[in-house]
Amino acid sequence: MKEYLPARDMDWPLIAITILICGLGVLQIFSATHGTIWQDAWWKQLFWIAAGLLLMWVVTAIDYHTLMAHVVGMYVISLVLLAAVFLVGKQVFGSTRWIPLPLGFHFQVSEFVKLVIILLVARFMTELKSDSLEVRDLLKIAALVAIPMVLVLKEPDLGTALTYLPILAVGALLAGLNWRYVAAIAVVLVLVLPVAGLYFLKDYQKARLVSFLDPDRDPRGTGYQVIQSKIAVGAGGMWGKGLTKGSQTQLRFLPVPHTDFIFSAFAEERGFAGVVLVLALYFMLLMQIVKNAQTAPDRAGMYICMGIAALLLFHVLVNVGMVVGRIPVTGIPLPLMSAGGSSMLSVFLMLGLVNNVRLRRFVN
Amino acid sequence: MKFLPLDHETQHQAPRKPATRDDPKLSSGRIAVFQYAAVGIFLFLIAGFWDLQVRNPELYNELAERNRVKYLPIVAPRGKILDRDGRVIVDNHSSFRVILSRETLKLDHLRPIAEGLRLDNDDLAAQLRRYRNRPKYEPVVIKQELTPADVAFVESHKDPEFFPEMELIHSQGRIYPQEGVAAHVIGYTGEVSEAELDLPEFARYNTGDVIGKFGIERQYNDTLMGVDGQRQVVVDNRGREREVIGIKEAIPGKNLQLTIDLDLQAVAELAMEGRKGAVVALDPRTGEVLAMVSRPIFDPNKFSVRIKTADWKSIIDDPDHPLLNRAIQAQFAPGSTFKPIMAIAGLETGTIDDTTSFFCGGGASFYGHFHKCHLKGGHGTVALHKGIVNSCDVFFYNVGNRMDIDDIAYYADNAGLGQKTGVDLPHEAEGIVPSTKWKIRMFRQKWYQGENISVAIGQGALTVTPIQLARAIGGLAMGGVWHRPHLVKNQPDKPHELELDPENVEKVISGMCGVVNEAGGTGVRAHLAGVEVCGKTGTAQLTSNEYAKSRGIKIKDNAWFVGFAPRKDPEIVVVALFEGGEHGQLAAPIVRDVIKAYFDKKARGGGPPDSLSAAAKPAPPVLTPAAVPVAEIP
Repeated sequence: MKEYLPARDMDWPLIAITILICGLGVLQIFSATHGTIWQDAWWKQLFWIAAGLLLMWVVTAIDYHTLMAHVVGMYVISLVLLAAVFLVGKQVFGSTRWIPLPLGFHFQVSEFVKLVIILLVARFMTELKSDSLEVRDLLKIAALVAIPMVLVLKEPDLGTALTYLPILAVGALLAGLNWRYVAAIAVVLVLVLPVAGLYFLKDYQKARLVSFLDPDRDPRGTGYQVIQSKIAVGAGGMWGKGLTKGSQTQLRFLPVPHTDFIFSAFAEERGFAGVVLVLALYFMLLMQIVKNAQTAPDRAGMYICMGIAALLLFHVLVNVGMVVGRIPVTGIPLPLMSAGGSSMLSVFLMLGLVNNVRLRRFVN
Repeated sequence: MKFLPLDHETQHQAPRKPATRDDPKLSSGRIAVFQYAAVGIFLFLIAGFWDLQVRNPELYNELAERNRVKYLPIVAPRGKILDRDGRVIVDNHSSFRVILSRETLKLDHLRPIAEGLRLDNDDLAAQLRRYRNRPKYEPVVIKQELTPADVAFVESHKDPEFFPEMELIHSQGRIYPQEGVAAHVIGYTGEVSEAELDLPEFARYNTGDVIGKFGIERQYNDTLMGVDGQRQVVVDNRGREREVIGIKEAIPGKNLQLTIDLDLQAVAELAMEGRKGAVVALDPRTGEVLAMVSRPIFDPNKFSVRIKTADWKSIIDDPDHPLLNRAIQAQFAPGSTFKPIMAIAGLETGTIDDTTSFFCGGGASFYGHFHKCHLKGGHGTVALHKGIVNSCDVFFYNVGNRMDIDDIAYYADNAGLGQKTGVDLPHEAEGIVPSTKWKIRMFRQKWYQGENISVAIGQGALTVTPIQLARAIGGLAMGGVWHRPHLVKNQPDKPHELELDPENVEKVISGMCGVVNEAGGTGVRAHLAGVEVCGKTGTAQLTSNEYAKSRGIKIKDNAWFVGFAPRKDPEIVVVALFEGGEHGQLAAPIVRDVIKAYFDKKARGGGPPDSLSAAAKPAPPVLTPAAVPVAEIP
């Protein structure tokens, strides 16, 4: 079925906000990396943004119902690729997350599995026959999400693995999970997670948690990143030191100031004023996505948009919370700002899905 | 931006779309939950930034500054020590030290650092413990005078992945002359100890500072030391310097010119080679110390920063006490070298004149005790001149017997005995000039006239240091003008003067001239052609012969010689103490060599002797035994 999709129906405010955030990100990447071995990261990022916008447009062309119809196949391919990471993956900093591609690119499978999980949850929830989500069904979908999660955890990549949870959570919430269960799950999580953490977390992950709780205990070790990030943020003050003027960023006291800690660098050089501006942009971005969920033609479209919103919110919470020392260091990128191709493309694919839903809001 | 459930919108759509189970409207309440959660999360995040950026910007600014700005000491080089002709005795060389930043120190790094620098792990830990109460930003100097291997270790391990707390600092190490030349005069430097830091003298120094510990290095530490500077540098996270933002240059220590003449010093050192004792050469006209030797020696280079425990033990346990500067610290009976003082005291008090004579039959009895003369057969009838030339003990016993001990003490005091000369070196000894007051003070007993007999020949309770004796005889030769001995040039001082009858002085000097230049004189071995050397031998017992015999021990007497030249307007006075030398005659050649070197140099117009040209080059002066004719010891 060939359908007419007028470009003017794209969510242009959403795209404008996206480009604005990306632009600030590129400036920050330039500032944080000029004169270092990563100094070409900023134009690479421009390339990824361009590629992402293109990909976003391409994704809108395929009806999300079609995508959801193929989600089982995509899910299986995801599992195969995640398994393949262990066989042909490239190890960086003690963790294997990337599959090497031709032309020197590296493909982080776990980033794209997010999309599959969004579609999977959306389809599972749509096909429920009842108005509220039964625990039996919740366990089913949880098991389906758990399999790729465990594979990603094994890489090991705790941060990315955790990003699958908010998709499931918001899905369950919107599918009408009884409030009592929501409360019960929350309580169980609070009680069980610390214990489970002791058994399942790697030593460095435990150390990160400990150093999060008491960063001064080991200032040159794992607490170092948190302390340096807080110093950078605090030194920025109200108006910031100015682009390329932040000492913590420029002298590299800040760890990875163009990827995971890009927002520390941004906060040092742009100050509280810049921080509020960018957080407002993220908030507007999220609300724009939520608006698309509300105007979605069906529940499937709503699930997709809300899954994406939940995922992005989680990313912002964990990354920015880490920057101000309020969330443990897990090493997940800040969407649209952190340098890195896989993360950029997966976010643009998600925004493509949002537009995909939006463009079909009057169809049926 | 609207973020609450847009009910009006959904209602607006409602007429066109009937509500079904598939209608997203059913979830609008739950979407609102998500929106409220998002608002909460963003407020939570903004509160985090508010805390850091708006409430405490100064705190984090300071932390950022501390991160990026490092204060590195610039070590001020110590002043050089020069001899009177400007030749370098003590120089500096470029070296490195390694400091540990205590702010970033990780305790489990200590052991590998200690191993890498070949330091004792326990010593290092103990050193850090001593810093416990000091501010954290004060670094610890853990090793000085790094070897190339140490420097390589620090350079390759100061990156963040190893031991970023280490920092290499350029500094200046001390080079002292080899073979201990002038070691006791110069002294040595070392790291200031905890005990010293409590003394007012060292109050202005900090732990880790290298200060003078002994000799000139200690006496003139403030002059020599200089003031360390500081560099404020911006460093990156790997500790690499990016920019210097402030520099306070070090103020180098001032050079110090000594009165020591390296040529004379070298001759005196060689003359004392293998012996125990001391040599002091003074210019009696000014008090300038021309040479000062103490034997046995130590190697100050071993001390220059932190002496190894084993080296320290071997020096401390040496029964000969090499760290003792015998020239100013050895207190021994002067023996017959005291006789010129006795003579002037006898003449000035009118007890004797140059015709007063006594019979020496090899000894004499006083107060029921028989006192031997050193010449068994006796000297026959002896007057003053012969008494000095032949060093007749019986003559001086009689002089002493006729005098009041306090009159003897008066002249000895005026000659500077029994008190510090005030030479500019630490730890000078006083010696003893016995008197009635001294006896009461020390023993709460009155003085017995019989005790005069021993004092008259420089025995008994009387003790002097070599430098005291040189000053006493030099001042006497000057006719009663005693200058304060000193080692650093250009020190104005008011000499001590005593009005003496020039004829009396001439009589004593004539005797001392005879000692060296007349047949039968005890000091003929000090004779020099072309220069009229005057002097006096001394053979001093360390304990009474009877005591030694009763204990069945043999204690060798100390040999003394004090000489000056020329006879008129003396320019140099030299004392040699040859411990266990047994006879004063054996100390005479040492004095002769030094006086000869002085006049040889003067004859050359002040230049160093060809054979000693090696010593004239900057430190360390290399002396070879063949370079200087050594007096034969019969």
